[in-house]
Amino acid sequence: MTQIAMRKMKKDQAGTIAAVKVGGELGRRIREMGLVPGTRIVIQGRAPLYDPVAIRVMGGTLTLRNNEADLIEVEIEEGGNAPSQG
Amino acid sequence: MSAEIVIALAGNPNAGKTTLFNAITGARQHVGNYPGVTVEKKEGLYELEGQRLKIVDLPGTYSLTAYSVEEVVARDFLVKDRPQVVVNIVDAANLERNLYLTCQFCEMNLPLVVALNMVDVAKDRGIAIDAEQLSALLGVPVVPIVARTGTGVEALMREALAMARQGPGPEHPAISYGEDLDSALLSMEAEIAKTPALARLYPGRWLGVKVLEGDQRIVDQVKAAAPDPASRLIEVAETVSRHLDTTMSTTPEAMIADHRYGYIKSILRQGVVSRKFDLDRLYTSDKIDKVLTNRFLGPLIMVGVLLGLYYFTFTYSKAPIAWVGAFFDFLAGQVDRFLADGPLKSLLVSGVIHGVGGVLGFVPLIMLMFFGLAFLEDSGYLARVAFMLDRVFRTFGLHGNSVLAYVLSGGIAGGCAVPGVMATRTLRSHRERMATLLTAPFMNCGAKLPVLAMLIGAFFSEYQTQFMLFSTLLAWAVALLVAKLLRLTILKGDSTPFVMELPPYRFPTFKGLLIHTWEKTWSYIQKAGTVILGVSILLWVMMTYPGLPAGAKAQFAAERQAAVAGVPASVVKAATAPPEEEENQAQVEGTEDPDEHPGLNGAEDQAVADLRAKLDDIDQRQSQTALEHSLAGRTGQALESVSWLPGFDWRVNIALLGGLAAKEVIVSTLGTAYSLGAVNSASSQSLSQTLAEDPHWTPRLALALVVFIMFYAPCVVTVACIVRESGSWRWGLFSVLFNTGFAFALATLVYRLGGMF
Repeated sequence: MTQIAMRKMKKDQAGTIAAVKVGGELGRRIREMGLVPGTRIVIQGRAPLYDPVAIRVMGGTLTLRNNEADLIEVEIEEGGNAPSQG
Repeated sequence: MSAEIVIALAGNPNAGKTTLFNAITGARQHVGNYPGVTVEKKEGLYELEGQRLKIVDLPGTYSLTAYSVEEVVARDFLVKDRPQVVVNIVDAANLERNLYLTCQFCEMNLPLVVALNMVDVAKDRGIAIDAEQLSALLGVPVVPIVARTGTGVEALMREALAMARQGPGPEHPAISYGEDLDSALLSMEAEIAKTPALARLYPGRWLGVKVLEGDQRIVDQVKAAAPDPASRLIEVAETVSRHLDTTMSTTPEAMIADHRYGYIKSILRQGVVSRKFDLDRLYTSDKIDKVLTNRFLGPLIMVGVLLGLYYFTFTYSKAPIAWVGAFFDFLAGQVDRFLADGPLKSLLVSGVIHGVGGVLGFVPLIMLMFFGLAFLEDSGYLARVAFMLDRVFRTFGLHGNSVLAYVLSGGIAGGCAVPGVMATRTLRSHRERMATLLTAPFMNCGAKLPVLAMLIGAFFSEYQTQFMLFSTLLAWAVALLVAKLLRLTILKGDSTPFVMELPPYRFPTFKGLLIHTWEKTWSYIQKAGTVILGVSILLWVMMTYPGLPAGAKAQFAAERQAAVAGVPASVVKAATAPPEEEENQAQVEGTEDPDEHPGLNGAEDQAVADLRAKLDDIDQRQSQTALEHSLAGRTGQALESVSWLPGFDWRVNIALLGGLAAKEVIVSTLGTAYSLGAVNSASSQSLSQTLAEDPHWTPRLALALVVFIMFYAPCVVTVACIVRESGSWRWGLFSVLFNTGFAFALATLVYRLGGMF
């Protein structure tokens, strides 16, 4: 198990949030959207200019700027991370 | 029939709240504002079992913190207005996040009914939700509905009415926030219970949670209500905060959010949700996104969509705008015919009818713009635009959605700042929104184009096409740079977090689009109309009074006498033809048709034309002198003391003053000031020629004037919209003064630099 910042995750990579390292308004916004430790996320893709990043979380899609994704630590799932098509 | 029952409608953005509100109230809606803020307050009526229910639509929020105006407005309403029932709409396909807000309502001990929306979408996605189980675990009624089709809406209202009649049920079970916070909360609750001044304000536990979260608004309120107990509450919060920091390096705020989601997860795990498919499964919406936000195709399609919105708005509004214009011209013609010449007629025609016509002339444009915008927003595409463009616009301190306001305002030459400024409503964050709406009027709107075209035609006719492209690029550059400047100075602050939902694509309901469009258009007519009418009357007064001195008037009358003297009566009669023919004078003069005046021979025709030209010349010189003597004329002359810097004389100054009413007025006012009679933007060639031949006019002056017109104060209609959208007349005043100052500096620079070559 490896922990990396969400910004460094690649497309279709999955993991579980380990920590959100920010408080204040930004921290609260991130948490209230469900990005709390224990939540599983999958990177859905990035905007044409590589920023912001779109992630799948709890069956919906959220977007974050890269500098916001920096503040979220994710425990990466090894292997088998491609989402099922259907 | 008992008194009106108030039901608040609350929920996350994208949960279908507006659709439900429309389904409940239909067209019986009233839109206003919450006191002191620009957040819209929508109310509607519903009748059930002979009971009138007033439905209040609260702004869509994810939480109830003090960070956004919407959230503060929503929670203030819930606490202060105490609605008998709160209907909390949640998206069944996105239950986990939606219940986060529900938890907070429970904590506030509100009489709650949960509307489980979009159960059909959830079903398609293989998600089954046991509403009864959810209801049992949350301790509140849960009614499955499909707001789009109206399914279950009546059952929902029955449930809400039943709750209003029996009063709130037992207290909701409290969520545990972990040992440390729970014990802190217990002591805080005890403290609050002892202090009536605080217990009256909010439910004890909720108040405790807010103090723990460090909610500044609540802390200030508590301090003001009861200073001593407040300090004890804050003491408790600080102690537990320090403890959490040293033992777990976390904050109460983070801890509370984590536990709320933990609580939600535990509820959902108890047989509430069952899924047929993997959570990561890609749905239709995600497949559409693979194309629409694709690295290469995405931007291309977006340009296409923005162009489409632009053409839709400006092409289809042309005909109705012309109808409105024709109607007011007809009205003006009628007044002209039936009223005697004099100040009353002039006020009615030039002040009132043109003023009101100016306001209503924008209506077709605004309706189409809002319709297109509502389609983009409701379908979910707008969120993708923001997603794709955010990186670019963030550089200038703006938001991805700012692009819409820019494009509509004239980012593609020929737009209009009025719908542009109103389109900033899609921006949720205050600073980015203000920076966008203050800079959008820099774009080249459709009214500036004829003025620019006239000036360019006069001095740089061979470069006309290149120039139009250049001026569009210049407008973008200036708008973006000024936005950056504003964000670094008076609108200073971090960019608002971009944590945003990309809602699934949905096909908007036609009814929803129509209600949305009508609502926004009507509010424009009401609010902007009154201001603009006042200002256009003021401008009329400035251009009309105090009028010509008696001596000058007599002199012009004498000239007219002299012109008519010795000319046969039939010629005089033909030359002073009725108004209809005078209106088409240019045409008549050019294509003198002998059949029209069967009684006259060629020589007489010539005499009529000569006399007419002479009389017209006198009329025009009279209007010029009158304008020179008017308040506006005097202001224009007084302004020469500064306007010599960019080289503007009093004539230009008056035209620019007139341009405050509407930019296209610049051409006609310049026409009057150069005593050319009525010049309209379509036939401005003669003005173009006059300017090109005038020795005072040099290419550098034309260029300086072009720059000034592009960037100086927005027209009254736009300013009225800025005032309305920003919620303060100060921003309107700011945009007038700042833009004029900025344009003045730039024009001076151009003129003076141009003088060095």
